[in-house]
Amino acid sequence: MKITTTALATLMVLGIASAAHADIKLGASLSASGGAAFLGDPEAKTLEMLVEEVNANGGINGEEIELVLYDDGGDPNKARTFATRLVEDDEVVAIIGGSTTGTTMSIISVAEGEGIPFISLAGAIQIIDPVREFVFKTPHTDRMACEKIFADMQKNGITKIGMISGTDGFGASMEAQCKEVAGSHEIEILAQETYAPQDADMTPQLTKIKSTDGVQAILNPGFGQGPAIVTRNYAQLGIELPLYQSHGVASDGFIELAGADAAEGVRLPGTALLIADLIEEGDPQKDVVTAYTTSYEEKYGEDVSTFGGYAHDAFRLMVDAISRAGSDDPSAIRDALEATDGLVGTTGTYTFSADDHLGLDLSAFRMLEIRDGEWVSID
Amino acid sequence: MDAFMQFIYSGLTVGAVYALVALGFTIIYNASDVVNFAQGEFVMLGGMITVFAFDAGLPLPLAAVLAIVIAAAIGVALNKLAIEPARGAPVVSLIIITIGASILIRGASQIVFDKQLHRLPAFSGDEPIHLLGATLLPQSLWVIGGAFAIFVALWLFFTRTLLGKAVLATANNRLAAQLVGINTGFVMTLSFALSAAIGALAGVLVTPITLVSYDVGVGLALKGFAAAMLGGMGNPKGALVGGLLLGLFEALTAGYISSQYKEAVAFIVILGVLFVMPQGLFGAKKTERV
Amino acid sequence: MTAKQKWIQLGILAVIMLALPAFFPSGYYYRVGALIYVNALSVIGLVVLIGYAGQISLGHAGFAGIGAYACALAPEHLGLHPALAVLLGAGVSALMALLIGRPILRLKGYYLAVATLGFGILVSMVLSNERSLTGGPDGMAVPDIGLRPLLRDMGLRVSGGEFWYAASALVLLLGAWIALNLHQSATGRAMRALHGSETAARTVGIDVARFKLQAFVISAVYASVAGSLLALQNGFITPDVAGFMHSVEMVTMAVLGGVGSVLGATLGAAILTLLPQVLTVLADYEQLVLGFVMILVMIFLPLGLLPSITARFRGRGV
Repeated sequence: MKITTTALATLMVLGIASAAHADIKLGASLSASGGAAFLGDPEAKTLEMLVEEVNANGGINGEEIELVLYDDGGDPNKARTFATRLVEDDEVVAIIGGSTTGTTMSIISVAEGEGIPFISLAGAIQIIDPVREFVFKTPHTDRMACEKIFADMQKNGITKIGMISGTDGFGASMEAQCKEVAGSHEIEILAQETYAPQDADMTPQLTKIKSTDGVQAILNPGFGQGPAIVTRNYAQLGIELPLYQSHGVASDGFIELAGADAAEGVRLPGTALLIADLIEEGDPQKDVVTAYTTSYEEKYGEDVSTFGGYAHDAFRLMVDAISRAGSDDPSAIRDALEATDGLVGTTGTYTFSADDHLGLDLSAFRMLEIRDGEWVSID
Repeated sequence: MDAFMQFIYSGLTVGAVYALVALGFTIIYNASDVVNFAQGEFVMLGGMITVFAFDAGLPLPLAAVLAIVIAAAIGVALNKLAIEPARGAPVVSLIIITIGASILIRGASQIVFDKQLHRLPAFSGDEPIHLLGATLLPQSLWVIGGAFAIFVALWLFFTRTLLGKAVLATANNRLAAQLVGINTGFVMTLSFALSAAIGALAGVLVTPITLVSYDVGVGLALKGFAAAMLGGMGNPKGALVGGLLLGLFEALTAGYISSQYKEAVAFIVILGVLFVMPQGLFGAKKTERV
Repeated sequence: MTAKQKWIQLGILAVIMLALPAFFPSGYYYRVGALIYVNALSVIGLVVLIGYAGQISLGHAGFAGIGAYACALAPEHLGLHPALAVLLGAGVSALMALLIGRPILRLKGYYLAVATLGFGILVSMVLSNERSLTGGPDGMAVPDIGLRPLLRDMGLRVSGGEFWYAASALVLLLGAWIALNLHQSATGRAMRALHGSETAARTVGIDVARFKLQAFVISAVYASVAGSLLALQNGFITPDVAGFMHSVEMVTMAVLGGVGSVLGATLGAAILTLLPQVLTVLADYEQLVLGFVMILVMIFLPLGLLPSITARFRGRGV
């Protein structure tokens, strides 16, 4: 954070030296309401907070950022309309957004068509594979989350698992990607169940998995209330197998909802954000994570979540690229984005290249476990 | 066998949640022939207000009472401001009005409260009860017991009290009811207050199990509506049986066939029942007046 | 309504469609215009079902879903041209409506509502769950219809926005023309008769079941074609298109504008499509305002905007 501030201060001076021009218009279409509000709400709040911060510190190159933020409610059709509006009517220079894979894919066709750099906040791998010229993303792919989990399972000698996943976009997408990479980690999926996003009880599904012979652990890709209820049902049924959750519930709120007793021993791949106070001094992420966590919790009085962190990173990447590009020309921003090298975010350290528009590797994920109601790193 | 009992407990728990919502539908429907699609929002309000009052330091029972009273007041306002002025409107207009009300309440809640998930502590702890080889949580008993208690209370109300009969009379023939001296305006107000109060009570009971956020109302209203129609609209017995059946179908389908299509099976059963019995299981047959 | 009134309505529609682009400050307005026309198309289908025949549906988004996914799936799996996929989708929707319509339409009022609701939910559930085919909740890409390059070869350069504005407008005009013709035909009169009273209609010898079914099938085709158009212009589709809220939105548009009237339906579609775009300035209050508008219109303009306004204008009831 300190480095960024100094950099910004320097840039500010440079900015004043050059002729002052119009504000930089940054667009965003997020699912701040609707079924994916879980993702979009902290993302929107994060962007609003950060824009305020940057502007209070003199903006980028002396120009203030104007954030044009739309709430697409998780509806891909609306997202497409807002993307068109951002590009054609508001004439933004770049777009952040797409809380879900569906909305992201809708925005992509507009961003690609009009040549506007776009950083997505959704998980699916197809967003950046194949690489699209103007499309980047900050979250790990769901596939990486699966790989991280499977690696931990291998370490613990687990080879046969059961899966229970939400039928929402997040759960379904991660489920599919886990199935794809299970084989290469010598993991066999013996049982496979689902639940609807607002289901109240998952004991039938868990009972079925429990009674499947040979299952050594259970994996629950999902977000929202589902995983909390799964975790509580898990305790209710007295299942002794290790329970793995996904990065979709990586927040302190999850422990609260599931109850510390039921959540004891739950493992998931999370980001540095969750364990801000546990990160060692000298870890490059320490400052970034602490600064974001402190100001977010101070401003909104609620816990940070991994998803807000995605927005934070997207915004930092964008600011960094715009200041390096030295102009607000979309193509120049895109080129600068692709040249991003070692930008430290809350999720990990980003290094983009022509054939990698995610720029994270597995090392950014940390395997966390809940012990006595607290997150503990077990890597 | 153990697995079967587990499916049954799950079905009864979830079914009782549906039944609680469905029971809320019956009173308003009985009094005004309106299916109130905002019923799910009362459940949400019950949960949300209790959570926020509880977090603010109120004891749980007091927080629950507060939530029920506020929800009842909102129910009365809904009747006075939106349903009464539209009396005589066709079914489709009434559907839009109540869906509009549901969107409005949800929109207001996301501003007044927040968009986060919340939970209430279980009333009698989280220690599972072992019964016949399967387990269920004490809170499930609260929900199932609550559904039965409300059912009995409603049944007594409609069959044993003058006021309850007045409600039925108002629904049957408004003008005739007025002629025999029933204050139909009061009956309507009362029905909305009661309905909303039942919804809010349901919200308080189910929140420790289902969790609550500003947007859980739609899903609950849909399931409750389906349950009420399966049982036959307007009949408390239908609401209870419809809700429990729906929950059991879902749990047994998830257990024995496919968890992915458990809701599909539930809806197919409903469609099947309606084809054979167009008024639902316990619905009264109505003839069209020309 | 006379033949003259029919042409007046179509004329008004066409003039608006042609004149509007003159006031468009940017390409975004073409997008909103196209959306309005697509929505209006499905709403006109509901005018036939709700306005003419007096039947409810809370599941028509299911047909929109069938139309949309036909355009995504048929080109990939059957090698069909996307334009032909629209027809295929319409055919499947009609067949589906025919199959489920007969038993479902015996139900009345709220029972019909729950049955159609169930149908819509089933469709969206299949689209969500059959991941290997539909891509699940994440959705799937829809191939380009490929008409713009064709136009370019003919020397006509249009942007994507302009093309879909024109295409949606044309299809809407066609849809409006068919619905207005239907209104005057014997079939339309029979539908409107059973709307008044089924028993009465039956007594004068109208085959009630048949005309209800016809209205249901026709409205399904409208919804399906609208779904196809949406999928083609978005280039990407998710199961949301078949969701319950989309069904509600369609019915609300129909009733808001005036459920018996083709022009009213277009007006209703325009208002509800524009509302979220206008309300972005209020952000958090969007839902609140939307709910408020729905209630107010139903209370004060029970016939819907257009009929209520014209009735007042003429100083008599409709």
